[in-house]
Amino acid sequence: MDIIESLEILAPGPLTTVQDLGRYGFGRYGVPPSGAIDSFSLRVANLLVGNPETEAGLEITLMGLKVRVLTDLVVALCGADLQPHLNEKPLDVWCSQIVRKGDTLFLKAPRTGCRAYLAVGGGISLEPVLASKSTNLASKFGGYEGRALRKGDLLFSHAPDQHFQRAGKSFRPEGRPSYTGDWVVRVLPGPQDQDFPEESRKLFLDSSFTVSSQSDRTGIRLSGPALHRKKGLGDSIISEGIVPGAIQVPGDAQPIILLVETVTGGYRKIATVIRADLPLLGQIKPGEKVRFQEVSMQEAMAALHESENYIHMLKKNAG
Amino acid sequence: MHHDSPVFRMMGDRALLVELGDQISPSINEKVRELFLKLDRRPLEGVVELVPSYRSLMVVYDPLRKGLDRLQEEILDLYQATDPSLVPEPKTLHVPVVYGGEYGPDLEWVADFHKMSAEQVIGLHTGTTYRVYMVGFTPGYPYLGELPEALATPRRETPRTAVPQGSVAIAQRQTGIYPVQSPGGWHILGWTPCKLFDANQWPPTPLEMGDLVKFFPIQKEEINRWTSSKA
Repeated sequence: MDIIESLEILAPGPLTTVQDLGRYGFGRYGVPPSGAIDSFSLRVANLLVGNPETEAGLEITLMGLKVRVLTDLVVALCGADLQPHLNEKPLDVWCSQIVRKGDTLFLKAPRTGCRAYLAVGGGISLEPVLASKSTNLASKFGGYEGRALRKGDLLFSHAPDQHFQRAGKSFRPEGRPSYTGDWVVRVLPGPQDQDFPEESRKLFLDSSFTVSSQSDRTGIRLSGPALHRKKGLGDSIISEGIVPGAIQVPGDAQPIILLVETVTGGYRKIATVIRADLPLLGQIKPGEKVRFQEVSMQEAMAALHESENYIHMLKKNAG
Repeated sequence: MHHDSPVFRMMGDRALLVELGDQISPSINEKVRELFLKLDRRPLEGVVELVPSYRSLMVVYDPLRKGLDRLQEEILDLYQATDPSLVPEPKTLHVPVVYGGEYGPDLEWVADFHKMSAEQVIGLHTGTTYRVYMVGFTPGYPYLGELPEALATPRRETPRTAVPQGSVAIAQRQTGIYPVQSPGGWHILGWTPCKLFDANQWPPTPLEMGDLVKFFPIQKEEINRWTSSKA
């Protein structure tokens, strides 16, 4: 097994973690999925460097990650454009390229989006915990010692030289989502939409909500018009399972889009984000605006097939 | 009330809540457990996650592999099938607790609130066998019920930002154990040396939904006898 040192963290930025596509099958033990919030970008980045789409990469939040390259590698950065630079020269996103031993990769500041995903040809060599390399920050397990990356951390990869022929691949521009900062997120109503009066359901779909600075990997907190529940209902419900993208409305009547670090909840969900739009949730920044658009199940499925088709084409092309 | 037949609630285009009743009761929860165990032992194609809770089972599926109508039919078939071999007896776990003092900073407050002695609170808390209605909130956190009516206590007005791992706490008609340090608004009566979540062990938690829990008091001098032992 030729596992070798590939990257050294020189500066982690506000939050950089190791994530794969998440940890499934342990919800019965209260274990949330974790994983890349923008799974689409991580999958594309992995496929561009010739990894399985399920391999772990780095999820980089907003800015500030600086890494030293410790051996010749193929890398791809997808998702947010955080103005990546290689030795002070701008680097393209959504494509794979060779970086050399001694190079420094630096992500300056967000131009578009919130989270960038760095895939390394040969992956990130770490022991899976509960069948995943994703980092669970709250319970401190998985990923790199169950924590965010720090200065001085060393990452290892498996036989990166076998990925060199993957360099120079680019993801088709029409498949790249646009991160406008003025978001329209598609939803299906429920599971508790009937607990809200007509007026609240209308406000939910007709209003623009502002993303709070208290948002994190657990949820996107929104502020906007109050979404009151029907009169006579208590502010919580009997706790039940939830999926990422469920939009819960607690007692203060301000919605929260739940993300990947929770698996049960005790508040009403007025609607749930469709699977095709879940990756976009990883790119929404504090201060931006979000509107919700209701779609039918057929439209949700059509949207999912469309985004999966881009992944499918990339896989076929990769041989 | 039990629902006459399961009520399906969609959560987006990838999860179904299968609701079997509208309240917290051991019999509704047992129905959820039965359905959960059947789906777990006879896995359906395309199902990626099962999360049982008080009165519903969440079934997360991959819509690219399984259609919603088909999934509902298959769940209904399993719901109606009777196969006791799929539903084992629950385990009973005896959990040692150091009550009061630095280990249970809210014991005296709870005793005062109910106008009883700390010993009476401990007697009531240890005198009941609790059912694990669900595991959630944080990994390994068991929601245990029901607390004796005489101990029913509203949540703290100000939640703590950090409740220590192992804390045994109560709120309303529930009691629970914090498997990892986390924020929490329940009243802490004591602390257990038992480890309730370890991601590197299998299973990662000794408690599963439907299991039974009984607490018993130990002195702080006895803690060493119980550390590293699993409940």
